Amino acid sequence: MGEFKVHRVRFFNYVPSGIRCVAYNNQSNRLAVSRTDGTVEIYNLSANYFQEKFFPGHESRATEALCWAKGQRLFSAGLNGEIIEYDLQALNIKYAVDAFGGPIWSMAVSPCGSQLLVGCEDGSVKLFQITPDKIQFERNFDRQKSRILSLSWHPSGTHIAAGSIDYISVFAVKSGSAVHKMLVDRQYMGVSKRKCIIWGVAFLSDGTIISVDSAGKVQFWDSATGTLVKNHLIANADVQSIAVSDQEDSFVVGTAEGTVFHFQLVSVTSNSSEKQWVRTKPFQHHTHDVRAVAHSPTALISGGTDTHLVIRPLMEKVEVKNYDAALRKITFPHRRLISCSKKRHLLLFQFAHHLELWRLGSTVATGKNGDTLPLSKDADHLLHLKTKGPENIICSCISPCGSWIAYSTTSRFFLYRLNYEHDNISLQRVSKMPAFLRSALQILFSEDSTKLFVASNQGSLHTIRLLEGSFKHLHTFQPQSGTVESMCLLAVSPDGNWLAASGTSAGVHVYNIKHLKLHCTVPAYNFPVTALAIAPNTNNLVIAHSDQQVFEYSIPDKQYTEWSRTIQKQGFHYLWLQRDTPITHISFHPKRPMHILLHDAYMFCIIDKSLPLPNDKTLLYNPLPPTNESDVIRRRTAHAFKISKIYKPLLFMDLLDERTLVAVERPLDDIIAQLPPPIKKKKFGT
Amino acid sequence: MAALEEEFTLSTVPLGAGPNGLLGVEQSDKTDQFLVTHGGRTVILYKVSDQKPLGSWSVKQGQIITCPAVCNFQTGEFIVVHDNKVLRIWNTEDVNLDKVFKATLSAEIYRIHSIQGTEPLVLFKEGAVRGLEALLAEPQQKIETVLSDDEVIKWTKVFMVFRHPVLIFITEKHGNHFAYIQTFSSRTLSKYTLFHGQEEKSVIQNFTASVDRKFISLMSLSSDGCVYETLIPIHPRDPDENQRVVRSLLLKTVVAGNARSGVALTVLDQDHVAVLGPPLPASKECLSIWNTKFQTLQTSRELPQGTSGQLWYFGENLFMLHGKFLTVIPYKCEVSSLAGALGKLKHSQDPGAHTVPHFVNWETSRGYGFGSQNSEQSKRILRRRKIEVNVPPPAFEQLLSTIKKDSEKDIEVELCKFLAVKRTPDFHTIVGDIVLELLGRHTTEPSFYPRNSLMQLIQTHVLSYSLCPGLMEAALEKTDVQMLQLCLQQFPDIPESITCACLKIFLSISDDSLQETEINMESVSDCSDPVQEKMDEQTEILQNGFNADEQNCDSCDRKLNQKPQDAAEETTSCPVVPKRAALLRNAILHSAYSEMFLLPHLKDIPAQHVTLFLQYLYFLYLKCSENATMTLPGLHPPTLNQIMDWICLLLDANFTVVVMIPEAKRLLLSLYKFVKSQICICSELNKIEVSFRELQKLNQEKNNRELYSIEVLELF
Repeated sequence: MGEFKVHRVRFFNYVPSGIRCVAYNNQSNRLAVSRTDGTVEIYNLSANYFQEKFFPGHESRATEALCWAKGQRLFSAGLNGEIIEYDLQALNIKYAVDAFGGPIWSMAVSPCGSQLLVGCEDGSVKLFQITPDKIQFERNFDRQKSRILSLSWHPSGTHIAAGSIDYISVFAVKSGSAVHKMLVDRQYMGVSKRKCIIWGVAFLSDGTIISVDSAGKVQFWDSATGTLVKNHLIANADVQSIAVSDQEDSFVVGTAEGTVFHFQLVSVTSNSSEKQWVRTKPFQHHTHDVRAVAHSPTALISGGTDTHLVIRPLMEKVEVKNYDAALRKITFPHRRLISCSKKRHLLLFQFAHHLELWRLGSTVATGKNGDTLPLSKDADHLLHLKTKGPENIICSCISPCGSWIAYSTTSRFFLYRLNYEHDNISLQRVSKMPAFLRSALQILFSEDSTKLFVASNQGSLHTIRLLEGSFKHLHTFQPQSGTVESMCLLAVSPDGNWLAASGTSAGVHVYNIKHLKLHCTVPAYNFPVTALAIAPNTNNLVIAHSDQQVFEYSIPDKQYTEWSRTIQKQGFHYLWLQRDTPITHISFHPKRPMHILLHDAYMFCIIDKSLPLPNDKTLLYNPLPPTNESDVIRRRTAHAFKISKIYKPLLFMDLLDERTLVAVERPLDDIIAQLPPPIKKKKFGT
Repeated sequence: MAALEEEFTLSTVPLGAGPNGLLGVEQSDKTDQFLVTHGGRTVILYKVSDQKPLGSWSVKQGQIITCPAVCNFQTGEFIVVHDNKVLRIWNTEDVNLDKVFKATLSAEIYRIHSIQGTEPLVLFKEGAVRGLEALLAEPQQKIETVLSDDEVIKWTKVFMVFRHPVLIFITEKHGNHFAYIQTFSSRTLSKYTLFHGQEEKSVIQNFTASVDRKFISLMSLSSDGCVYETLIPIHPRDPDENQRVVRSLLLKTVVAGNARSGVALTVLDQDHVAVLGPPLPASKECLSIWNTKFQTLQTSRELPQGTSGQLWYFGENLFMLHGKFLTVIPYKCEVSSLAGALGKLKHSQDPGAHTVPHFVNWETSRGYGFGSQNSEQSKRILRRRKIEVNVPPPAFEQLLSTIKKDSEKDIEVELCKFLAVKRTPDFHTIVGDIVLELLGRHTTEPSFYPRNSLMQLIQTHVLSYSLCPGLMEAALEKTDVQMLQLCLQQFPDIPESITCACLKIFLSISDDSLQETEINMESVSDCSDPVQEKMDEQTEILQNGFNADEQNCDSCDRKLNQKPQDAAEETTSCPVVPKRAALLRNAILHSAYSEMFLLPHLKDIPAQHVTLFLQYLYFLYLKCSENATMTLPGLHPPTLNQIMDWICLLLDANFTVVVMIPEAKRLLLSLYKFVKSQICICSELNKIEVSFRELQKLNQEKNNRELYSIEVLELF
């Protein structure tokens, strides 16, 4: 198959932000996740847990609460005191409304989905009416003396529970007055702590209020009498989050020790109707605080400071014991943070607030499989480019020739010209960007670095000709009438004739750049596109979907290729379909047109279209080199998928030239090392 | 459990049928090799496991072998006698018996005996015995006549007793039998008249014998089909006097009474005998293994082609003639359980070989044999047995009625019968009911305390505390420590209050009354000091897995004699007598408990007993810490955790009391020191943990590859 020199890069110092909130939407089976840097991500749980959308973070916008309202509208609130609604089509912020109550700590949507309640720093609980295009402040509830950290509606919508510091209040929604005030014991393991923070409350339809607090307690209250019914001490540290299932027969809590506890309502004795809450299962999938939990009908979802999003299916709720019943741990974004200049062997790393440009080293030595070659030149850190302003970088790209760098935040687009003089490098910003180039979701340079393609939100695609130190706007492909879906993925053919663009749900559009018109649309597929690329010479468009299917579509012929039809007919190997990270990058070998290179976070694969396809009985992944077997056996067992799992977690892999690969890894240990230390647990001794 | 394995045929050459076909089978000096002497002219050396002959020798035409060939274990040579007087000695290299060493003696030889550890012994037909060496030195020496006229030797055997051979031979004269014991250590010959007892009519057909330290146990199979046992002292008080020994019935009707031929008997081990012969008058001949202790048939194998009444047993193999071929049946006796000895164990049998069904024959002593399908008598017996065996409820009801009115002895008998029956799924509840019935009678009639029956029931391993709530209370009342120990070991669900009551009794019972009781000392046998080992120079007799009651007595006494002051150091001496230690250790420390429920009861124990128990626990701890694995020696020792938990519990419950007792002060001080040292260790470990973490970090860094490298990858 071939021997490669692999530049194994581990200096991409990327640390994902911790997870702050998760919100599960039952109708669309989507999960919204907000991180401590303000980023909000949308995962489609039906599409193999693919992260299909994201909203870039903002330094001043620490999200404290996230919730879905009627019509799949997503709201967040944070410490800047604003309530934000997100536009899930255009992938931008629709509007922000100041609640005028200081930092917002909590937010809850009414059971009918038409009212929004926020709990503020000043102790006020504010009710907003959700109108079709905005939210409207309605009134304040009785003001409490300290911040409102948690809120929960009674399913009938008549009462709410509000967790504060040291007490829980129950309000009647109609009057807005506090009905009960339930004091929470400050005692913590016999020692009086200063304060007991109610991190979460849940109001059940039978009037029970469940509270979780900083003293490690899960408490059950009777809201009618305002009395404590039951107390579970489950942790030596804070219990930080709670989520109840829709049926109210189970709930989940997360603790600062990284443990997630599952509580279930079970019968006291068999065939008795009396039921009680029992702590059934502990899960320890996190090392740090579990700041947020969610309860989907079939799974417990948790996230926290250790940046993993953990989806733990409940075995009793999963009907088919297939691969979907397995635990999922999502750590890395399902999009590319790295781009590469093949010509100059440069790598551009994208961080939240800066870019880094590195030049790969080189070697003159050769070796055999598995050897580490001595470096004649080490990798260089060429550039550290900080963004201006508080906004996170959405996307970035370096041109194949290495002379251009472009990146975009929510409000500004930046283009830089790089000049190389021997070892010196100079950077020159291209000023006076046109007004329409304000925010880009995806940036791509053509293979010869003369054209720049920008996918803006609102669905338009801009084509710009790059000249020495300046640029010229060529054309804007407008979205199809009636659609506003943003394009997230772009691919350009090496000959510069074709541009493919894909949104999150609709099909892939192929534009003819010469004639500046839409050439064709690849039929829409049920699962979102995770990566796409156009092969040289043949102009075959290769599309990877989140259900691990790979299609090959001939652009000139406007139809799927024969190979693609064959593999669809035969089906992929079951192990291939069971991989749980999406393919994030596809590339091609310049000299071997039959080869397709693609990778996900845990493997890298070269598909040789000339070889037979594997069936379910064949060994898909064979790491061992063929021994002295006869050529016949080797030929018989060889199949199209050549897989390597040496590099993981693999964030980026590309072919620099015929014999050279670059692989960017981000070991989990390095990420953990940069996290704050977890709560220390005593192992033995005094 | 005794079992017969698959039989195989040794000789492929058909032998002449009847006693003349085969003279004898003898061991050779190599294991697994046996000398088979054919009646007539041939001696063949067989390797049994390979089932093939290694060598074959014959005497010249006209000569006839008169005595089975034996192996001289001291030289490895083989000895055979032909024409009554001529000795031939050869070894495996020799081909022709004509050309080997020859010695002609002056008298006719009855048998040459050869056993490991001594020279071969030659028994002459006239009753004289000579060592082979002495004979060969002077072959023509005069051989004296010991036996009177018309007295003929019927059977003979030799044993090693205290490294000296002892030869026994049985003679018959006019229907009377005499036993002669020739000892070589003291060169004495003693004669005994075998007294037949009441059964004058019966004719003794076959003999076998085993030896104890002081007695030869001679078993004889009479023509009435019963096995009798005669104990003959090895060292008679007065060797010159003709003494009479009486035989007693050992097994009844093991073979059909009228069997004429093909009857043989051999001792397998202490408790088992093998009997060859037809079990019922009309049935085919059978090889059966009987347990003499329980009088049960263990297993049997039918020999449809008939046999010759000859049976040899050497090292796990039974040799006999089956039809015209020499057949070997390997015999195994594995460690058996009580249940196994009483009833039958599930035994896999191959469909080809027909075996007589195993059953418990409690009626052997009443004159009933075992059943086979084709005799009228057996049919009747079968019908009777069916009533007893297959329909347990009547037996159960009968047992209950027995319990209500009969004596303890009768109950025991009935109970034995009942327990022998196949277990039904609800066996445990039935056993529970029986216990409750027994206890019910005990409460109404306090003098009635069916201890043996209760013990037997507990040992069925199916009882639990909740099945028979009153049992332990009754035992507590009677201070029956043996029963309590058994209960504590067997019951999984004893309430803490009862455990504590047992503990109280175990601690308070006087040493004297302890001495009288029989307690399972298994776990503490090693705990006592070497005194016991010195005393015993003989090896203990293996008892076929069965724990005879009397077995423990000797060692118990010995252990009891050994007092704590014997031991040199105060710390290592056990503060309690071994029997009490056994009680505490076996029963109490192993029992399950919940701290919360046990603590209040522990408070009731008197202070000096608490101290004693604490001392004992501390002693156990010290014992534990003697070896690296922190375990106690012995069977099922309590774990260190159990010991520690009990120390903590006792201190928790009685700390204020213990603190005030002056004699406990030393103990508390040492415990305090111990805890302090543990804290020290923990803090040191904590320090080490930090260092180790640093090391781990360093190690990780080493494992972590460079941030950047160029590697070579080949995809296949």
